[in-house]
Amino acid sequence: MKLQRVVALTKKEMKKTVREPAVLFMIFLFPIVFVFAFGASFGGVGGGQPIYNVGVVNMDQANPSNSSQMFLAALSNTKILSLQVYASNQTAQNDLSQGKIQAVMIIPDRFSQSFASYQATPNDPTKWVNATILLYLDKGSIVATQAIPPIIQQTLTAFIGQKQQVIPNPIHIETASLVEVKQTSTLDFITPGMFTFASIFLIMMVAQSFAQDRENGMMKRIRITPTTPTEFMTSQVLSYMVIALIQAALVFVMVYLLGFRPNVGIPVYAFAFILVLIFSLSNVGFGLITATVTKSSGAATGVSFLFVLPQLFLGTFVGASLSSDAQLAGKFVPSYYVTDALTSLFLRGAAIISPTVLLDLAVVSVSCAAILTIGIVLYAKYFKI
Amino acid sequence: MIGLEFQLNIIRQDNNTRPVKKNMGANVNESAIVIENLVKKFEDVTAVDGVSLQVARGELFGLLGPNGAGKTTTINILCGLTKPTSGSASVGGYDMQKEPEKGKELIGVCVQETAVYPYLTGAENVELFGNLYTMGKNALKTRCDMLLERMGLIEDAKRKAEKYSGGMKRRLSVILALIHDPQIAFLDEPTVALDPQSRRAVWDFIKELKEGGKTIVLTTHYMEEAEELCDRVGIIDHGRLIALGSPKDLILKNGVKNLEEVFIKLTGRKIREEI
Repeated sequence: MKLQRVVALTKKEMKKTVREPAVLFMIFLFPIVFVFAFGASFGGVGGGQPIYNVGVVNMDQANPSNSSQMFLAALSNTKILSLQVYASNQTAQNDLSQGKIQAVMIIPDRFSQSFASYQATPNDPTKWVNATILLYLDKGSIVATQAIPPIIQQTLTAFIGQKQQVIPNPIHIETASLVEVKQTSTLDFITPGMFTFASIFLIMMVAQSFAQDRENGMMKRIRITPTTPTEFMTSQVLSYMVIALIQAALVFVMVYLLGFRPNVGIPVYAFAFILVLIFSLSNVGFGLITATVTKSSGAATGVSFLFVLPQLFLGTFVGASLSSDAQLAGKFVPSYYVTDALTSLFLRGAAIISPTVLLDLAVVSVSCAAILTIGIVLYAKYFKI
Repeated sequence: MIGLEFQLNIIRQDNNTRPVKKNMGANVNESAIVIENLVKKFEDVTAVDGVSLQVARGELFGLLGPNGAGKTTTINILCGLTKPTSGSASVGGYDMQKEPEKGKELIGVCVQETAVYPYLTGAENVELFGNLYTMGKNALKTRCDMLLERMGLIEDAKRKAEKYSGGMKRRLSVILALIHDPQIAFLDEPTVALDPQSRRAVWDFIKELKEGGKTIVLTTHYMEEAEELCDRVGIIDHGRLIALGSPKDLILKNGVKNLEEVFIKLTGRKIREEI
């Protein structure tokens, strides 16, 4: 492989990105503009009722009356919460940090006592035994923070037997994540998905570029030179990886300026950029598949949305607000795993070597390599490189 | 004449100094191009039907015929872009099916499409292709400037190619084919859609290449172009080689005034009726 050829073709592709206004807009400006507009206006979407996984650490189990078990049964009966019982807070927090559950609820040891005191003298708060349910929420899920507390509060109110939530209550819910110094903003929630989102539009650019070069005879012209298919494809992949890197950097600068300050170190940022780079391989692959099945650059633009939209809706910040079925479907798109890993790292505080992040990395790496390979093989089969 | 000699000297001098490896195949005495019983079928259409011919080193050979006659398919096979259904094609002693990479080092091809990268400047287009032929930086710069000057594009070298007129793009396309100073040049309709002045400039340049010892295969459906430039021509129709010889010989042999009439006599129709 001659490096001179690879460098020349890579430089050519970079110049194209910078000089063609449409390409420049689609790759760099559109994702940013879209994210701003989207982040500001997006609400819940999706038909099915989502189910939230809540970890429960029940400190009240020793109490013989065990009202807490009845309260937990009442929560399960809502069909909205799926409860998972943990023996210790630490284990539950571990799963919360990796996104396996959306909340951890600590039932205090005085829960049954408090409940009994209320039942005995419902109209005399001075005789109540107060207790506090501690609730930790997934800071990586805007839906979890908005949906889970009211559900638990309403169930608790109904369980105690009150008609309105405003009446004084012996059992309080304290939301641990939301009483921290810094409250998680909407921007924080969507930022991991924004990194993924920006890169997805490479699919369209790759498809257009290959179809256009085929249409105007440039692909033929390159094939006439001694440039090998390996040199050509290497230059293309390198170009789009560089573009993905620039996109990620731009998104980072933008969200930083807007106030995104995750409590993570430089290794996590470096890891995030590596993830985005790996993810860009799948976008090149999808772009090549699109270019294979289309005859013109115009058709390539349209068909590319068949790959862009699922990745966008199921795998970025959009997916968190979709139905449970849609969220399940998201597990079949690479972008889901990139967003999930970034969410775990930036928002949940998971370590790079945590099982969830490593699993995400493995899925992203394998799937992206496979998609790129399929793209190259298909394109080479129907249109010589 | 002084200017022309000066340009030729530059070309020859560059031939001696550029670092690109361009040794011909095993035997330097053999023909530059050898085609034997070449057949290419696209499903039920036979684009090339048993063509055999040889082009000598340093010869300017014209492949003539109407659109769809099989000229471009033949060129594509010679460039290693298309595999023949049967028969063989070798360039510079290299079989283009077995050793296309070696053959590609020797050839330069001006494709029929006016194919240039619109978002690159004229000079950047040329430099890109020079790099694809792994030319040295200095040699590339020298030859790039010389060719842009020669084809009248030096003033516009730093403008994006998308701003070029059709004729300028066509001339740039010719430069891209010849930047690496190939021993064998395939010029596929290099003057199509050019104004008379640009066409004349390209003709002059092709003549200079020939005088520089290059082997040139020119495909065209302009018969006057072939008469003006070519040592020998092959007339191809419906994929078959129907006549082969020097323009003068073919005209004499068929007792007509020009190549256009040779074609009419052999096929019963005008060459450009099907365009």
